[in-house]
Order: sequence, then C-alpha cells, then structure tokens
Amino acid sequence: MSGPSTYVPKSAIGRWFESRLPVMGLVHSSFVAYPTPKNLNYWWTFGAILSFMLVAQIVTGVVLAMHYTPHTTMAFNSVEHIMRDVNWGWMLRYLHANGASMFFLAVYIHIARGLYYGSYKAPREILWILGVIIFLLMMATAFMGYVLPWGQMSFWGATVITNLFSAIPLVGDAITTWLWGGYSVDNPTLNRFFSLHYLLPFMIAAVVGLHVWALHVVGQNNPAGVDIKDVEKDSVPFTPHATLKDATGIAAFVILYAWFVFFIPNFLGDSDNYIMANPLQTPPHIVPEWYFLPFYAILRAIPSKLGGVIFMFGAIVMLVLLPWLDTSKVRSAVYRPVYKILFWVFIACVIGLGYLGSQPPEGGAVLAARILTAYYFAHFLVILPLLGLFETPKPVPASIAESVLKGDTTELGKA
Amino acid sequence: MLSKTTLGMIAAGFMGAALLGAPAFAEGSGHDQMKPTRLSWSFAGFFGHYDQAQLQRGFKVFREVCANCHAAEKLAFRNLAEPGGPEFSEAQVKALAAQYKVKDGPNDAGDMFERPARPSDTWPSPFANDNAARAANGGGLPPDMSVLAKARSYKRGFPWFVLDALPGIQYQEHGADYIAALLQAYKDEPPHGVKLDAGQYWNDIMPGNRIAMPKPISDGQVDYTDGTPATLENYSKDVSAFLMWLAEPKLDQRKKTGFRVLVFMAILTGLLYATKKRVWANTPH
Repeated sequence: MSGPSTYVPKSAIGRWFESRLPVMGLVHSSFVAYPTPKNLNYWWTFGAILSFMLVAQIVTGVVLAMHYTPHTTMAFNSVEHIMRDVNWGWMLRYLHANGASMFFLAVYIHIARGLYYGSYKAPREILWILGVIIFLLMMATAFMGYVLPWGQMSFWGATVITNLFSAIPLVGDAITTWLWGGYSVDNPTLNRFFSLHYLLPFMIAAVVGLHVWALHVVGQNNPAGVDIKDVEKDSVPFTPHATLKDATGIAAFVILYAWFVFFIPNFLGDSDNYIMANPLQTPPHIVPEWYFLPFYAILRAIPSKLGGVIFMFGAIVMLVLLPWLDTSKVRSAVYRPVYKILFWVFIACVIGLGYLGSQPPEGGAVLAARILTAYYFAHFLVILPLLGLFETPKPVPASIAESVLKGDTTELGKA
Repeated sequence: MLSKTTLGMIAAGFMGAALLGAPAFAEGSGHDQMKPTRLSWSFAGFFGHYDQAQLQRGFKVFREVCANCHAAEKLAFRNLAEPGGPEFSEAQVKALAAQYKVKDGPNDAGDMFERPARPSDTWPSPFANDNAARAANGGGLPPDMSVLAKARSYKRGFPWFVLDALPGIQYQEHGADYIAALLQAYKDEPPHGVKLDAGQYWNDIMPGNRIAMPKPISDGQVDYTDGTPATLENYSKDVSAFLMWLAEPKLDQRKKTGFRVLVFMAILTGLLYATKKRVWANTPH
C-alpha cells in the first residue's frame, strides 16, 4: 500500500528540502495519494473524528492547565475560578469535560464498526491491538482527569478504583500505597494524577501514530471485507475523496458535541461532583462516568474483589485475543447471517451492562449483571470460536468493484 | 449450522431479560420521598436566559434569609452587576458592598483590620469556619451555596433521563426544581409512627425525609417591592433562580454562543456534504 513515495515537489526549494527530509512525501503518500476503498461508509469517518477529538482535548486541556491548581485545598476552587473568572473558561471546561464523553462515544462506535466488519482479522491484528492499547490509555487518562476537579465523585471514584489494586495477592497493599503516595487518596495522589493526565494524551498520540502507520501498511478494511486488488477499480485517492468525507463526518459530529457543551453541559456529569471532596462523607452511590459503566458492572458482578478485577481487565483482554478467537474466514458481517444477529445481541449485552453499572447492586440487578457478564465472555470464548466453524457465509464478492456494482454492501449509511 | 430463528430467540431473550429486569430493582432501591415538580424557568430551553427581576427578588431572599446561615464564597459583589445576572447598577453594588465589613491586612504596622467591602470582595461568610457554623446550627453544616443548584439533583429514571438529552425537550434544571420543591415540602408533623431526633425536621423532598435545616421561610417574610405576591411559592422560585445563576453565571452567554455555533456548524456541514457529493459524483461507491 505505502511503497516508496512518487511525490515530486514542484519548487526548487521543495526538491532541496525533500531530498534531505522527505516529510512532504510522507504526508503526500499517507493523506493525498493513499488509495482508500471506494465503498467505505460514514462509519469509517470515526477514525478522523477520533483524531479531531484527541487534538481538541489536548488543546483545551493545555489551556485549562494554565488556570488549574492541583492541590486538595485549591483544585475545586480553581475549577470554579475557570468557570467564573477566566475569559471563556466555562466554554473550555465544558468542551474538555464533554469532550471526554464524545471521545469515548466515538471510540465505542469505532470499535463496534471494527467488530461488525471484522477489521481485526489478518492482516490487521497489530493494527487492532494498537487500538486496544489506545483504548486502555484513554481509560487511564479519563479516569485521572475526572479526579482533578476534586469533587465528591472525583475523590470517591479514585478511592474505589485505586483500592482495586489492593486485591492483588501479597503485594496489593504495597502497590496501592505506592499509587496513592500515602495511606489514602490525598494531595500526592492528586498531584501525580495531574502529571500523568498531562502525559498520557501524548502517549496516546504516539500510539495513534503507530495505529495509522499500521493501517497504511495493511490498508483499510471496508464493508465488503475484501482487500483492494486493483487500485484503479477498487480505490480512490484519499484526497479529495476521503478528506472531504471525513471533514463532513467531523463537522456533523461537532454539532452533537456542541449540543452537549452549550445546552446540556452537565447531563453526563454527576451532581455530587459539584460538592468539594470530603474524605469523611461517603456519597450514597459511587458511580463512575458513563463510559466505564459496563466494566464497573462486570467488576461488581463477581462476588470476590480479586475475581472482579480479573474479569474487568479480562473484558479488555478478550478484545486483544479477538483476532484469534474469531475462526471465521469471512470478515464482514454483511456476509455472515448469524454473526450479524449476534453482533447486535452483543451490543445489547454491553448496553445492558452499562445500565446495570449505574444501578445500586441490589436484588435483580446483581443476577442480571452476572447473566450479562457470562454472556459477554461467552460471546468471545464460546460463540465466536464455534460460529466460524458452523456458520455458512453468503458468497463474498470477488472484489470491491464488484460489490459496489452489485450494490449489496451498503446497508449502512450509503452516501 | 444454527438456525436463524433459534439465535433470534436467544437474542430476544437476552434483551428481554435486560429490559424486564430493569424496573423490578429500580423500585426497590429508591427512598419514598416525593419527586420535585418540573417548573417552567426562564433560563430553560434553547433561548433561555435569566429573568433579571426574578434574580433581583431571589437575591433579596438570599440576602435576608439564606445568607444568615449559608456561605457563598464564590460570589463577588461585582458579579451582581455583571451582564446575564441580576444586573444591579455599579453604584448599587458599591453601596451594597459598603454595608458589609471584611477583614483585610496586615497593614504597615502588621495588624489585621476591618474595612467596608468593595465590589471586588467576595460575599462575607456568616461563620468564621465550619465548626462555628456547626456549633450555631445544632451540629448541621449549612452547605456553601456557590454551586448548590448544580450540586443538587434528583433521579428521573429510565426512560426520562435519556429523553432529557434530546433537543426541544432537554431538561437541565433538576437542581432549581429540587431546591424550589424542598423549600415548600416542610411538614409540621412527621407521618404517624415516625420519630424525629432533636434537630431534625420532616421534608417530603429531602432524601430520607429528615433535614437538619428548620423551615427557613414562610409567606410574607420578605418584602417584595415590584408587586410580586410575597408568597412562599414565589420566594422558593425566585431564590432557586438566583441560586441557579450563582451556580452557572455564564448561562446566558453560553446559550447565545451555542445557538451561533449550531447554526454555523449546520451550514458548514451542509457545505462540506454538498462538496463531498460533487467530488464523489462520478465514482460508483
């Protein structure tokens, strides 16, 4: 896909520079000439949307950091100072706080798209695993970012989650003390979380670089799930085709983002986080942000602390192993009649877990969470390995061009 | 091969379990307190903005009643003259501030001293510290009111909490509704068979129904000079609106900006889409 660049600069100075550092050639081969499958639908714009969100979070975050004070006695007030006295501070903070949610919304759609169209299958395993690493880094970043305003949910969320490490046999307590920088969540914890919250996004950016690199080596998957065979017939140049489509997707996504920021900025937040952290007063329900709820439900579904932690991280490990658990030779769910249904069952299962994670763990909620947790793991460990052996796929088109001419791949968002 | 019907049934079963399971346990966990009534606020909706006269009345209630026990550390006198708030005149705010004393210093001799407040000063707290506040209030700490309207809410439950996010029917005023309802939900006597401890009062809205704050305000307690009837209901609404402004003083600017952003982004999206369509016109895809 990304062979040596054929880019020739037009100006003499451009040629002089290119022969010394071929950066323009890199940009040209990656984002201009790069052949992109003709049949991509709008679900493929979420990669660009995520890049946009990462930049948006870094830009708003860097400015917020200029006004924020990472100290237990001042953090809460410095956030209110941003909301009241910093010019457009309220907008920066709401952009950043809601930006995290939009980032996760986009990443969940991006992951779901990969699951549906089999984007994790050979030769895209490394590409997929790099994506899972980005997802993990995002979770760590978001978790630490939520601690910074030093509200009640910040403090108690941090206490619950860091306490999980104490479940590790033998060294658990020592690790927890080391993470805290003391014997409870306190000023040293807040300080290091701020430091790491500023560091991790740049690590995400680096892994995103690898993710895009790997993508450009193996080429994009597409709704037909067959690779580009004839560049002329199957693909179009990235610019202007994909560039404009991605720009359209980003602009539409920003409408949703702006709706949250300007009209319902606290919808996704917890009102308890407008109460300053108080180590002596535990809130009645400690609930993480919405994007962690399915994992929180799995954590609480297991009746042992260590078990819960293992299963919670195991839920992510399933994604890492997925390329080898799915035994089907066919990538796209379009040609897998049974998988297509089970994909939606799995999505319903995750949404169900998310709902249960928001509820107090009482009565029927516990049983329902256990059933759905069992199903979550069964999907990866039982259903996908067996399904590939028993399912009869529909005939897969010989090429992207053929599927486009037949017009049978575009059940989702054809445009 | 597994049949499509079997799998469909399994799928339906799982989704059904998830949905049916929900209400059964949502009921059991709740307190038996009443839900606040959803009021109509000038600051709700797309073009919502604070009602200046209401904020001025609300400020009067806050100043004469709430501020006797509650602090509002993030309120500066100057805020009362800023756009999108009660918008008192600069002169009014200056005169108001001068009625309060604040501690300043140390001076050249190294002594702390008291001086009249200036518009740049923050609202003086009624108690020197939390312990003094507790000691004067039967052990209960009156919460700071700076962001109280955003720190209070109530659960709407499924499916309402999802619908509350949708444009046109969006709902973000839980805190104001909660406070307005709470102020009107005091009962002189607890229900039969319920014994309150000393320093506890019965309130239908407060989670758990036991509240440490005595009924703070009744009909006719604060004089209204603009002809608005001096009723508990009006006090409750006006002070809740004031507290919402106090918690979210940039709401007017936020909604105005938001409207422009949405219009701009809608046009930009339309133009990009049209351009994209044109570029792809001759490419089957």
